[in-house]
Amino acid sequence: MIEIRDLSKNFVLHNQGSAMIPVMEHANLHVGAGECVGLIGASGAGKSTLMRMVWGNYLAASGAILVGGLDVARAEPRQIIALRRRTLGYVSQFLRVVPRVPTLQVVAEPLLNLGLPAYQAQARAADLLARLNIPERLWSLSPTTFSGGEQQRVNIARGFAHPYPALLLDEPTASLDAATREVVLHLILEAKARGAAILGIFHDEAARAAVCDRLVDVRAFTPKVAA
Amino acid sequence: MGVMDMKLAPPDQAEAPLLSVRDLGKMYGERIGCADVSFDLYPGEVLGIVGESGSGKSTLLSCLAGHLQPDQGQVVFQTATGPRDTVTMAEAERRRMARTDWAFVHQNPRDGLRMGVSAGGNVGERLMAIGARHYGDIRAQAIDWLGRVEIRPDRIDDRPRAFSGGMQQRLQIARNLVTGPKLVFMDEPTGGLDVSVQARLLDLLRGLVREMGLSAIIVTHDLAVVRLLADRLMVMKDGHVVEQGLTDQVLDDPQHAYTQLLVSSVLQV
Repeated sequence: MIEIRDLSKNFVLHNQGSAMIPVMEHANLHVGAGECVGLIGASGAGKSTLMRMVWGNYLAASGAILVGGLDVARAEPRQIIALRRRTLGYVSQFLRVVPRVPTLQVVAEPLLNLGLPAYQAQARAADLLARLNIPERLWSLSPTTFSGGEQQRVNIARGFAHPYPALLLDEPTASLDAATREVVLHLILEAKARGAAILGIFHDEAARAAVCDRLVDVRAFTPKVAA
Repeated sequence: MGVMDMKLAPPDQAEAPLLSVRDLGKMYGERIGCADVSFDLYPGEVLGIVGESGSGKSTLLSCLAGHLQPDQGQVVFQTATGPRDTVTMAEAERRRMARTDWAFVHQNPRDGLRMGVSAGGNVGERLMAIGARHYGDIRAQAIDWLGRVEIRPDRIDDRPRAFSGGMQQRLQIARNLVTGPKLVFMDEPTGGLDVSVQARLLDLLRGLVREMGLSAIIVTHDLAVVRLLADRLMVMKDGHVVEQGLTDQVLDDPQHAYTQLLVSSVLQV
């Protein structure tokens, strides 16, 4: 479902003497349906960079990133927009929402974008928020006023609202209490059971052991320093 | 209800662009207004155009919307009867399109509203311009649209002068969208509004774009606004498009020196 072939990435900093910084080369990776692959490697080794390249907000220098048959490295913006709408979900560490939009609406939005009727989208959103222990009295409020842990749970609910065939998870269990962490691990296992291909970053080793089928160390993709 | 039972809209089909722009250029004497602009906009897409003042973004928007005559290039719009170049179209026909298929939301509501006419009149006038004649129907539609932009029905007979800036802007949006356009041009639609009012307007615009399947071209200097509103982004400098792509890609991994400077200059909040 997710296939990365000989991928490389550079950053060119034009305002700092056009410094060219190679950050990744010869990255290869495969995530099949129903499989969860965990990215490991020290902080700064390129786990998030790789994930953003799959999401399409970081450009690749060369190589291919196939998600559901579309090469994200070469696709038109509108193809990536359609991919994100139907096929590829992303739970990032940051919640970016229009201020003052109620939490229930924020979680239901991916389903509304797919043309689902509002009552169905909201029922699904309510179900997820309840499972993730967000008290119902908060649903009508904007998540921008929530604590970090609550925002994280809203982000997870939003990411799991639509049953995407492919999912990117960036530290989904960070800053969660033990009970909610269990709920999130269950959501991940359920997604795997319905056939989702999942690429994730988990610093929490127990979480990693519970959901990952394989681990990939991104240090293998760090460019070799020229002699 | 199982997630898998949910009925989804049919997959996005290969479709023709709603607007196809090729080599568009406008000179002000020796000075470049905008030059070599080409892009396609598809149905349902929101395109953001950013750049500093003087970058050519407003000139480009005016050329696209037919308010300015470009010196060269094509602006091909997919009309009900097929693609038409609006640059070479007769003035009368272009005006008719501007009233039906297109809408233009000005930064200053005073430029887009009739300040001496009631709120209901502002909305109803657009319906009459395309042939509506039945008073009851027009008033009912006006009330419906005021509701959609969150203006209470008991304000229908008030003039926009009595409205706050945010309400005026929402009224301008209602006046523009009542005729069911396919494409909306917006020039700094949230400029000059308080931040909290901006948020409400952004949410309203997002909902309308989704529900009406609108395409929109939004000119702004506010990167936070485009991140929340636009699918795609175009960065302009000195009349030229220096970079374009997915909005989050351009903002998170800018390639051009100018875009890198622009993104890194935003104050973090």
